[in-house]
Amino acid sequence: MALHGRIAGISGIVAGVLTPVKGDWTWRIAFMAGLFFAPLIVWLVTADKPQVEFAHPLWMTIIGGLAVGFGARLGGGCTSGHGVCGMARFSKRSIAATVTFMGVAFVTVFVLHQILEF
Amino acid sequence: MRILSTFLVGLIFGLGLVISQMTNPAKILAFLDIGGNWDPSLLIVMGAALATTMIGYRFILRRPKPVLETAFHIPTKTVIDRPLLIGSAIFGLGWGMAGLCPGPGIAVAAVGGITPLIFILAMVLGMWGQRFVKV
Repeated sequence: MALHGRIAGISGIVAGVLTPVKGDWTWRIAFMAGLFFAPLIVWLVTADKPQVEFAHPLWMTIIGGLAVGFGARLGGGCTSGHGVCGMARFSKRSIAATVTFMGVAFVTVFVLHQILEF
Repeated sequence: MRILSTFLVGLIFGLGLVISQMTNPAKILAFLDIGGNWDPSLLIVMGAALATTMIGYRFILRRPKPVLETAFHIPTKTVIDRPLLIGSAIFGLGWGMAGLCPGPGIAVAAVGGITPLIFILAMVLGMWGQRFVKV
């Protein structure tokens, strides 16, 4: 924000890469490259590979990924855009979005883990 | 300059995600699992990020313009509408299933094996498919 005057919403940044607009593309790639290299730097510095554990079945990752991409675009943001940047601006839309996705996520995990026992 | 600075911002953001373990799906799902072995530690991460951003934005938005560009790009919509709520609900469903959201999804691409790559592919497909759907 201080440097570029923008919200750091990851889903919006990624979506902008998929529909390239001239002059609005390279910074998005640069931002994603930064994200990509971050764990490698942590690995290099601490000599510990960052833990990435998938305890749940692959189909849940696939369906989940589809829903995350679809929902973030339809809802106009994700955890970073609505959850952090939007809430920090006291945006009513972002507060509504964050309450909704947190609530549904809690219920989803409860149903999958506690009731269906995945 | 613009490319270097956005790269660094992405890198710092990613470092935050990795160090706070927001890039570990098992950790995210443990945070969301209030009925099981609930791990509330990510609340601290989210709270700290929120507090920092809140204070930061107060000072930054008083400036006439950002350091490297000519104007701020602040979202202008204010109406809580159907797409916002339905989209967010679908997002929450996906987050609860996969244990990853867009930022961490990209941040684990290099260290998480094949599964994060499948997640990113599915996510991009979902983003693309959303263009054809109206609610």
